[in-house]
Amino acid sequence: MIAPPFTPEHDLFRQNLRTYVERELAPHALEWDEAGIFPREVFRGLAELGALGVNYPEEVGGSGGDYWHVVVLAEELVRSHNSGVNMGILVQAQIATPIIEEIGTAEQKREFLAPALAGDKIAALGISEPDTGSDVANIKTTARRVGDDYVINGAKMWITNGTRADFITLAVRTGGAGYGGISLLTFPTDAKGFSVSKKLEKVGNLSSDTALLFFEDCRVPVRYLLGEEDAGFYHIMTNFQGERLVASIGAVAGMQQMVEDAIRYGNERGAFGKPLVKFQVWRHKLVEHLTSIEAARWLTYRACDLFARKEPAVKEISMSKLFAGDLMQRVVYDCMQLHGGMGYVVETPIARAFRDVRLLTIGGGTSEIMKEIIAKLVPGF
Amino acid sequence: MKILTTVKRVEDYESKIKVRPDQTWIVTEGVNYRANPFDEIAVEEALRLRDANMPSEVVVVSVGPAAAATEIRSGLAMGADRGILVKHDAFVDSDGVARLLQKVIEQEKPDLVLMGKQAVDVDDNVAGQLVAEYLGWGQATFASKKESLESPEEKAKKPGLKLSADKKSVQAAREVDGGLEVLEVQLPAIVTVDLRLNVPRYASLPNIMKAKKKPIQELTPQGLSVDVTPKVKVLKVEPPPARTAGIKVPDVATLVQKLHAEAKVI
Repeated sequence: MIAPPFTPEHDLFRQNLRTYVERELAPHALEWDEAGIFPREVFRGLAELGALGVNYPEEVGGSGGDYWHVVVLAEELVRSHNSGVNMGILVQAQIATPIIEEIGTAEQKREFLAPALAGDKIAALGISEPDTGSDVANIKTTARRVGDDYVINGAKMWITNGTRADFITLAVRTGGAGYGGISLLTFPTDAKGFSVSKKLEKVGNLSSDTALLFFEDCRVPVRYLLGEEDAGFYHIMTNFQGERLVASIGAVAGMQQMVEDAIRYGNERGAFGKPLVKFQVWRHKLVEHLTSIEAARWLTYRACDLFARKEPAVKEISMSKLFAGDLMQRVVYDCMQLHGGMGYVVETPIARAFRDVRLLTIGGGTSEIMKEIIAKLVPGF
Repeated sequence: MKILTTVKRVEDYESKIKVRPDQTWIVTEGVNYRANPFDEIAVEEALRLRDANMPSEVVVVSVGPAAAATEIRSGLAMGADRGILVKHDAFVDSDGVARLLQKVIEQEKPDLVLMGKQAVDVDDNVAGQLVAEYLGWGQATFASKKESLESPEEKAKKPGLKLSADKKSVQAAREVDGGLEVLEVQLPAIVTVDLRLNVPRYASLPNIMKAKKKPIQELTPQGLSVDVTPKVKVLKVEPPPARTAGIKVPDVATLVQKLHAEAKVI
């Protein structure tokens, strides 16, 4: 891959999506952050564009696109200037649902995947727990087989879309200790004994609902098991790759937007008789960032290319998330600084981005976890 | 019925347009292109009329370089049935476009031709009128709609143009100073559309993928026996004057005085 394989179909999708995001989502950015939630209709609106089913096959209600359409989706969503919306949408389309498409039964796809891609059911991914994040092998939520049901007990933490999800792609312990005892199942949230214990007040991504969930003797039928019993760990690890990759793509597009906004503002805003961008200190700082962003973009595209061709990509994906996530902290700092006082009021997008970007080195596996993963894949350690 | 619509490839209105140093045209490097927004309204209207009067067909026509196929695809992704590209790389003036469209229309024999009232690149606002003249057809320009964009009718995706029961004429409301004028034109006719006729749909990804398989026929000015040597020459292109810095006035009285004495607007 010398250039990303964007075809005229990718460009048209981008054009339509961009118009939609700028017209239907961006004007509400501040309002939805203040409300701490965005309307359910956003799922449906994006579903009508085929943006939720983007790379899923048509048989399950998808749009029949490829992974580069996912890239377009993650890149264009940042124009909403609302990271919470972007996260909610990407969880729905690329994080909570791919496993169902990969290993779900026809019935599970009909009951959960298709309505999720149509925006009729909201999906969440339930893996992290109060005591366990990336250390998935140690999850404690159990699913005990009783007759034709699983009886589920435990808690899940930091669950995006958690307060209003209609179903959760849920990791549970069905077997013994360690990674060999973990299963996945589709969990409808109308099950008795399920409760949303708390909507978590976060630093950023304010419009996205993140929850602490409790399961107390919740019964779901055995037919909701995804794939084979005790074989969930591998799928969770694979699923993390897609999650981290869309985070990296969004980070790169977000940084590009921040710098472009900063350049625009720096042209409008003057000090001591000349626009800010005419000061060498800002010019140099911004082009340094543009250079790093370009590097981050090509590392990410490289990871996308491997991932799209189903080649081993764990190292490159981990590197792209590490690099883009860390870089974003510096880019947002400087772009906010350039905005001066305006950068400190939340109606300015860069001020909200300043809060939101902190998630990039934390969510979907911290930067430290990325480094451990990369170290394991590099000979000599 | 058969409806023919036209789509022009124009510079994206969000691109930053710069004039070339020699002032002969704009800098085209790095500029994004898209379908002329007025033409998208024409396509949308054609689709609504088609869907309300099945069986019908919508044909999207463009005049331009090979890349203009992208804007035809955009119309096909919205739902049009097939496309025609009259391929020509060099500049074609409005008269040339009208004469090419005349030939295409004579071949296709549509019942109705819907065009954007003008293209947002050069804002000439003559192609539709010229086509009607060359064909000897009736025309209604600047077709608009009484209802607001958010009206229930809008949401129900009903056409703004009213086709008569016998499908021999169409009614169009057009914006004139201070109100609306309603015209009825005999079909076949040319109707050019204004901003408020409808809100064009988004093309969904599944429809974009399907549009890939829809046919686009390629024609040339030579094949249509039309001489497109421009009759209009662009002598000079100038950017709008740069905005000068504003001033702050101490109070309302000064503002009123300045608006009256200097700006002469009140």
